[in-house]
Amino acid sequence: MTATSTTSGPRARQGRAPSAAVLGLHRGVIELKCFFREWDNVAFTFALPIVLLLLLGSVFSGVYEGSTVTSAQYMVPSMIAAGIASATFVNLGISIAADREDGTLKRLRGAPMPPSAYFLGKIVMVLVISLLEVVLIVALGVVLFDTALPTEASAWFTVGWVFLLGVVACSFLGIAASSLARSERSAGAVMNLPFIVLAFLSGIFFTPIGALPDGLTQIGALFPMKWMGQGFRSAFLPDSILAQEIVTTSWETGRTALVLGAWCVAGLLLCLATFRWRGKRDR
Amino acid sequence: MDTTPAVRVRGLTKRYRGVLAVDGIDLEIARGQVFALLGPNGAGKTTTVEILEGYRDRDAGEVEVLGEDPQRAGRRWRYGIGIVLQDASDLTELTVRETVRHFARYYPAGRDPEEIITAVGLAEKAGARVSTLSGGQRRRVDVAVGIVGSPALLFLDEPTTGFDPSARRQFWGLIRSLAEDGTTVLLTTHYLEEAENLADRVAVIAGGVVVADGDPGTLGGRAGAQATVSWLEDGQQRTQKSHDPGALVADLTSRHAGVVPGLSVSRPSLEDVYLDLIGSTER
Repeated sequence: MTATSTTSGPRARQGRAPSAAVLGLHRGVIELKCFFREWDNVAFTFALPIVLLLLLGSVFSGVYEGSTVTSAQYMVPSMIAAGIASATFVNLGISIAADREDGTLKRLRGAPMPPSAYFLGKIVMVLVISLLEVVLIVALGVVLFDTALPTEASAWFTVGWVFLLGVVACSFLGIAASSLARSERSAGAVMNLPFIVLAFLSGIFFTPIGALPDGLTQIGALFPMKWMGQGFRSAFLPDSILAQEIVTTSWETGRTALVLGAWCVAGLLLCLATFRWRGKRDR
Repeated sequence: MDTTPAVRVRGLTKRYRGVLAVDGIDLEIARGQVFALLGPNGAGKTTTVEILEGYRDRDAGEVEVLGEDPQRAGRRWRYGIGIVLQDASDLTELTVRETVRHFARYYPAGRDPEEIITAVGLAEKAGARVSTLSGGQRRRVDVAVGIVGSPALLFLDEPTTGFDPSARRQFWGLIRSLAEDGTTVLLTTHYLEEAENLADRVAVIAGGVVVADGDPGTLGGRAGAQATVSWLEDGQQRTQKSHDPGALVADLTSRHAGVVPGLSVSRPSLEDVYLDLIGSTER
């Protein structure tokens, strides 16, 4: 008797094993349903950047010296970066910590699910949420703050790659950080603290970035959000606003791609080193 | 029909930080059997079951579940296993139907989700979110997820904890119908009544070792133990232990000229045997 026949027993199975890709897509649908049905998720990670844009965008008025850009218009592309970070880093950090605590991970490990399907589902979820977030922020900018959409294909290309590299880097960091939270309840705090601090240091909640003290922007420049904000501003804003950036002569496109790409690799390595299927209380 | 045992365990040992949790357990569960594992908290029940489920690695011993070593078995092996976890609180935002349908996708030949929902008695709740269900209904969802791949072996870890008596009886009916279909069931429970009602075979674990293993009717020498005969005499309760209660009753009947007031004859209950086995200090 072979090993395979012992597993099938009296009820021999037909049909092929479902592929990880198909299961991952199904998981993505399930994850999205759960996300939008849970009010605190939506408020915490989806609505926060939009609400902040509405508040901060309406507080300050006037244009920056030497340009026609208002502070609200400056904030729109910057807030896209924060929106992505929230939809990926904060959202994944909280949702995976919750999955670990409420038994989701345990149940899935006990089911015949390839582990990659779980992560693929999370990626599908954050891609959809991030896209929605970006569309909403840009729409608000256009309607309320007269944000001009980029007209050149090269600018849209920049939006595309900054979006993709930003989503991937921040997602990996969120997955890695999910292991830091001791429980689902503490995960919100654990994830939001670095998010808010970095959004401040990246010139997103405090504008323009060039007005921040050097020491602070140097810390911000170590992390992806600063480069995402800068990348989106390069696509949405005229070059006349460069005077308000840290490096006032260039958008540093190459360096942006390099830093974000490096964070994608580092984030993946961190995930592989730190991901735990089991919770701290479940040893 | 496969005649190899569904579960075969020899000398299973597991330590947590040097402390022995499981100390050389032997178990054998035949195909189609309902096997109950009893024992106080901390006896090593859950550790043993989680090793069989492939969640934990053992330190020593041999384990074969459906002919494979759970530590090395892959996704194919999981098609034959169903797991109902003890304390899952996940899936809250999905409906019963969405949940069962989703888990059916993991199997090459899963059962019809609607049929499963009806089998576990949740047809009327199929469209309800899991978070709105009662504790008993929630466990039925867990069972539905556990059996949707028609497993050859189903693990039930304390499935009726917190149930009211009528919900427990209904649940037993569900487990019996699965057993009638030929599913092997490994059940852990705190309820002796549950083991007596459902199990073909019972093993008692205490302090990481099997202290008794056998038919629930004869466990711990129960059938051969002295019976207790009690009756009323001169308005007072009298009890006497006897190896031959029939003779004693006949004697009493003739003494009381027909009707013996308050007569009862009892063997030690499974609970008496169990408490005796695990030692009175464990109470």
